[in-house]
Amino acid sequence: MFLSAIAILLISLFVSISLGAKSLTLETVWDAIFQYNPALTPHQIIHELRLPRVIAAAVVGAAFAVAGALMQGITRNPLADTGVLGINAGATFMVALSFAMWPGLSYAWLMGLSFAGAVLSTVFIFLLGSAAPGGLTSMRLTVAGAVIAAMLSSLSTGVAIYFDLSQDLAFWYAGGFGGIEWRHLRLIVPVLLTTLLLTMPLARRVSLMSLGEEVAMGLGINIRLTRLLALTAVVVLAGVSVSAVGSIGFVGLVIPHISRKLVGVHYRLIIPMSSLLGAILLVLADLGSRIVNPPEELAVGIMVAFVGVPFFLYLARKERRAL
Amino acid sequence: MRSNVPSRGKRSIAVSVTLLCIAFAVIAISLNTGTIRLSPIAVLHTLLGNGSPDDQIVLFDYRLPRILITVLAGAGLGISGAALQGITRNPLADPGILGLHAGAALGLMVFVSLSYSMDGSIALLIPLFSFAGGVISALIIMLLAYDRHNGVSPIKLILVGIAVAAGFHALTMYLSLRLDEDTYSFAARWLAGSVWGRDWVHVQALLPWVAVCVPYIWSRSKTLDAFGLGDAAATGIGTPVRSQRIWLLLCTVALSAVSVSMAGGIGFIGLAAPHLARRLVGPMHRHLIPAAGLIGMVILVTADTIGRTIFQPNAIPAGIVVAAIGAPYFLYLLVRTK
Repeated sequence: MFLSAIAILLISLFVSISLGAKSLTLETVWDAIFQYNPALTPHQIIHELRLPRVIAAAVVGAAFAVAGALMQGITRNPLADTGVLGINAGATFMVALSFAMWPGLSYAWLMGLSFAGAVLSTVFIFLLGSAAPGGLTSMRLTVAGAVIAAMLSSLSTGVAIYFDLSQDLAFWYAGGFGGIEWRHLRLIVPVLLTTLLLTMPLARRVSLMSLGEEVAMGLGINIRLTRLLALTAVVVLAGVSVSAVGSIGFVGLVIPHISRKLVGVHYRLIIPMSSLLGAILLVLADLGSRIVNPPEELAVGIMVAFVGVPFFLYLARKERRAL
Repeated sequence: MRSNVPSRGKRSIAVSVTLLCIAFAVIAISLNTGTIRLSPIAVLHTLLGNGSPDDQIVLFDYRLPRILITVLAGAGLGISGAALQGITRNPLADPGILGLHAGAALGLMVFVSLSYSMDGSIALLIPLFSFAGGVISALIIMLLAYDRHNGVSPIKLILVGIAVAAGFHALTMYLSLRLDEDTYSFAARWLAGSVWGRDWVHVQALLPWVAVCVPYIWSRSKTLDAFGLGDAAATGIGTPVRSQRIWLLLCTVALSAVSVSMAGGIGFIGLAAPHLARRLVGPMHRHLIPAAGLIGMVILVTADTIGRTIFQPNAIPAGIVVAAIGAPYFLYLLVRTK
């Protein structure tokens, strides 16, 4: 199962690099990657344009998918997703603010602010959920998240309108890998890959959490600590990804479900599977967004939503008892 | 219990009269403020037909249609929220959170993409488009939240609503990114609740829907009260639950969708107005619905006045002002209720 997923990922990576506004043969792609020659234009296209965006799509896809899987595990809510829960909206709001206040901010700062926005909205949502009598229920968390998301995206719109950057922000928000360069990758890839690797040891705890808090507590799991660690990972993954490519929803919702179908209920398998499938999904979505109507590009977030929404509806219909 | 009913009636009348006074005060303030200030006396003179030509233009061509839109849409949003909470037996139900606004907004965006114009007599079609969008999203949500064994559970309704809203947002975004920059920023402002540039034709487009839906919903107050008892009890006391629910739901969707089509996707009014109303006049829908409508009206007119006077030169749409105040209120409710 994993081997075939890896194989599919590699194939999609190669296909995605070779297809586009200018089609290139696989041989050129191979040469450009392994025997890079800056003097050749096709090599340059691949090295400067295609390769960074494809790598970004793969890494960010994995990050969104794993963030969604962790969210679903610790909240026991099959519809949880960093987009639905307002984490992406927090990151987006900070990005909108920095677009307005400090235009031309360096990418590292933008990433940091976006991450801070994700942290703030997450902390806020959890504090609110926990302040209520009866504690943090999955229902309360979801509703609080949706409301925070509504408020923050509305405030982002306000900032955008007040500072006249509506469509700039809308394009960025809808997601896209077009502007990704190597200097961005040098920042996001190490952070995301490290976080993804660090989530693996959490998998067992999350599996037990997903059985219910009583069960997890009975088995000696420190629920608060597990939740804190998992949330930290989620916030890093979502905050950094949003800063790079905008708010791409549904990856974190759909991919964990497919993984669960393929490899069962253990997060030790779900998390790696989710990262592979998330990478495949976004690489293909990015490819799709480039070749649907060249030379114009469709925003990746929309591309994903076109696949994600019907799937989600199917899921909500089918797993009604789980809701 | 019996002695309680007349006193509650009196109380509700007193509350309604007070709210009406507040609404008039807010409308008067809103009429006065703006880039060109009109004194209350000048407003009065102009309304009676004795104003200077300039004042007449400002008042009749710009300010009055705009305020009528916020008045009608505010009431519409408040009442549709109250009705929706009654129908779903869910105190956290809100047309915005349940995804009806997202459907209405998509309908509006389809209209913009097809016609590129929102003025003139074609504007009369706008409510139809957003109504269609609202109905489609309501259908999808009901279909997905319905369970043969348990009916429609409130939790599922909210979860499915949130997700359907996300889907509709993506479609709206897809359409909006294809617009040219001017049309885009116009549509974005409209959707965010800016009522700048509304004309009498927009009032004409909105008024009939409100005039039909509001009295119908109010006339079904007893039915809404009966829903609160649960389906079995409601059927027991002779309420045809299924057919009544469908009609009421259709009316609610229509009311919220046309309000969105003319004033933008303003969330939280549908949630907050009924809650405040319930505190003031109690849970009977006969009293609740007028109070919720008046409160919604006050909120929206106030938000619009704040948005266009405090934030100069780029006015902030009313929807954003409402969200900035309404979301914390919602969260407060969420924390308070079990």
